[in-house]
Amino acid sequence: MDTASARPRTLAEKVWDDHLVVKGENGNPDLIYIDLHLVHEVTSPQAFDGLRAEGRPLRRLDLTIATEDHNTPTLAIDQPIADLTSRTQIQTLRNNAKEFGVRLHSLGDLEQGIVHVVGPQLGLTMPGITVVCGDSHTSTHGAFGAMAFGIGTSEVEHVMATQTLPLKPFKTMAITVEGTLKPGVTAKDIILAVIAKIGTGGGQGYVLEYRGSAIRSLSMEGRMTICNMSIEAGARAGMVAPDQITFDYLEGRPHAPAGQDWDDAIAYWKTLPTDEGAVFDAEVFLDADELEPFVTWGTNPGQGVSLSDVVPDPAAILDPNERSAAERALEYMDLKAGTPLKEIPVDAVFMGSCTNSRIEDLRTFAEIIKGQKKAEGVRVMVVPGSARVRIEAEAEGIDKIVEEFGAEWRFAGCSMCLGMNPDQLAPGERCASTSNRNFEGRQGKGGRTHLVSPVVAAATAIRGRLSSVSDLKQPAHARYTVGV
Amino acid sequence: MEAINILQGVAVPLKRSNVDTDQIIPAVYLKRVTKTGFDDALFAGWRNDPEFVLNQPAFQNPRILVAGPDFGTGSSREHAVWALRDFGFQVVLSARFGDIFRGNSGKQGLLTGLVEEAEIERIWAAIDAQPGIEMTVDLTAKTAVIGDLTVSFEIDDYTRWRLLEGLDDIGLTLRDEAAITEFESRRESWRPRTLPVK
Repeated sequence: MDTASARPRTLAEKVWDDHLVVKGENGNPDLIYIDLHLVHEVTSPQAFDGLRAEGRPLRRLDLTIATEDHNTPTLAIDQPIADLTSRTQIQTLRNNAKEFGVRLHSLGDLEQGIVHVVGPQLGLTMPGITVVCGDSHTSTHGAFGAMAFGIGTSEVEHVMATQTLPLKPFKTMAITVEGTLKPGVTAKDIILAVIAKIGTGGGQGYVLEYRGSAIRSLSMEGRMTICNMSIEAGARAGMVAPDQITFDYLEGRPHAPAGQDWDDAIAYWKTLPTDEGAVFDAEVFLDADELEPFVTWGTNPGQGVSLSDVVPDPAAILDPNERSAAERALEYMDLKAGTPLKEIPVDAVFMGSCTNSRIEDLRTFAEIIKGQKKAEGVRVMVVPGSARVRIEAEAEGIDKIVEEFGAEWRFAGCSMCLGMNPDQLAPGERCASTSNRNFEGRQGKGGRTHLVSPVVAAATAIRGRLSSVSDLKQPAHARYTVGV
Repeated sequence: MEAINILQGVAVPLKRSNVDTDQIIPAVYLKRVTKTGFDDALFAGWRNDPEFVLNQPAFQNPRILVAGPDFGTGSSREHAVWALRDFGFQVVLSARFGDIFRGNSGKQGLLTGLVEEAEIERIWAAIDAQPGIEMTVDLTAKTAVIGDLTVSFEIDDYTRWRLLEGLDDIGLTLRDEAAITEFESRRESWRPRTLPVK
């Protein structure tokens, strides 16, 4: 492969160049090879139908893996799924997987879980590869230095049939975060602050590369949280250059390279970080030292402020579209401008989703709630990202801490992030959620979502109002500094 | 995919920004395993509101949606395109689109034209002056004409060509079968595999 190009290149450009099957001429897109295709039940049935209709096989079964996540119940998983349409969709995936020969991890399987938790956990996600899935949060996998992005169902069918995608090169944007996070401030707060800064459309057409000392000090879990929400800034993909933290996370995982392959891979991966002198199409800077715990007040992820702030006044917003969006958001959220965010009571806390459901997220949440009781009247749900994360957490006693706190310890899946299963908010209910989208009705029709970190979710569950750990009387366990 | 060129019909103003794909079609409607029949799900959260624009008598059988900026952000669900298409929409104009939504549209024959925000406002004004007025969209000329107003829209040449010709992406790519096979022959052995090597 051509890694010895003279022109300094960014990480994203290197991965792109090394997957070029056909260079597009005269404004045509490049044809890009896909190393890993992740499949789930929601966006695949019509793609399998398309293959069947054309009599096409699935080209590379050995680069394809499926799991059940969006529809799966998080209670009584040994029972038939009560919702018939959910049951049909999952059964359709099972039938398709069997017919075409796709490896599938079904509900109850040790490797079942949210597709973006499963890939990294198996060691399938690695630096320098291309990853796609019919899910916009595929950007998560960019934390490894992979080029990973969400695709629609037509593209799912395209990848199944050809293992490639015709794509125009993305522009590149550097998001540099320098400094040291204060205790109680996490990766989630970094990405919420980035989105508030550049807006939900700020990343459109770009691959974001997260750089700087604050990013380098994050664990893989923290980097995944950040890359996961790149799509919330409008970007298809987000990436972090691989380093020793990446290699240490990967080594020994079931599908990580081994032996000579490991040595070859490491040698290649070390060539991937952006070259000195490479030029980004856009640059954004953020000061980690100044960052506070962040929370959204509106109905898109860009409508966020520091938790110590107040609900903003739409009248102060100059752009007429943004102003009317803010007015509509406050009405939907039933909030008044000027209200301190920390005075807002919640009905529910959701700890989970592909943004924050990995073992480190659960550990952080558990350390804060340990030995405490949840606020009266608040429903607290903890949903591990995968069956394996659940088992790992139980081995550490996290399930007991959660249950003694008065929270619900559930089985793995997407759950209340989008409420395709029974885990939904009732109309008017307000939720502090570690998920990624606060859109109208996302967590249930009429539900109101405040996006927060696992740290803020835990403190909020204890106090019943949006809270940071500094608001707790006994911020006893304090390992929640960085990396979450 | 059916080839398209000149499209004409009732234009509807959607005066909201950041209409994400969760608003275009909520997740509960994504459980279906078919590719058609999503018309009932379009903007489901708003359809019960009698004030909602699609419930206005002037805007029945609409063909062209004229939306605020950042239309189709968020989730990758192609169902958003299917729902718009099944409802009868053939064109969406906006100042900015979510990338995945726009890509999905091009693959399903839904024309998405980029129009400057000020021009969107002028189109809205033209519709407000005459609710139910028809618009003519010319993909070859990249123009939208409504009353006396003519605005240009942007669409990349490749997508435009595919829409004009009604071409299927997979068929196009399979012309490069030999190049794909050649690429695969030099793929390094450390790269991921989900199944044991046979």
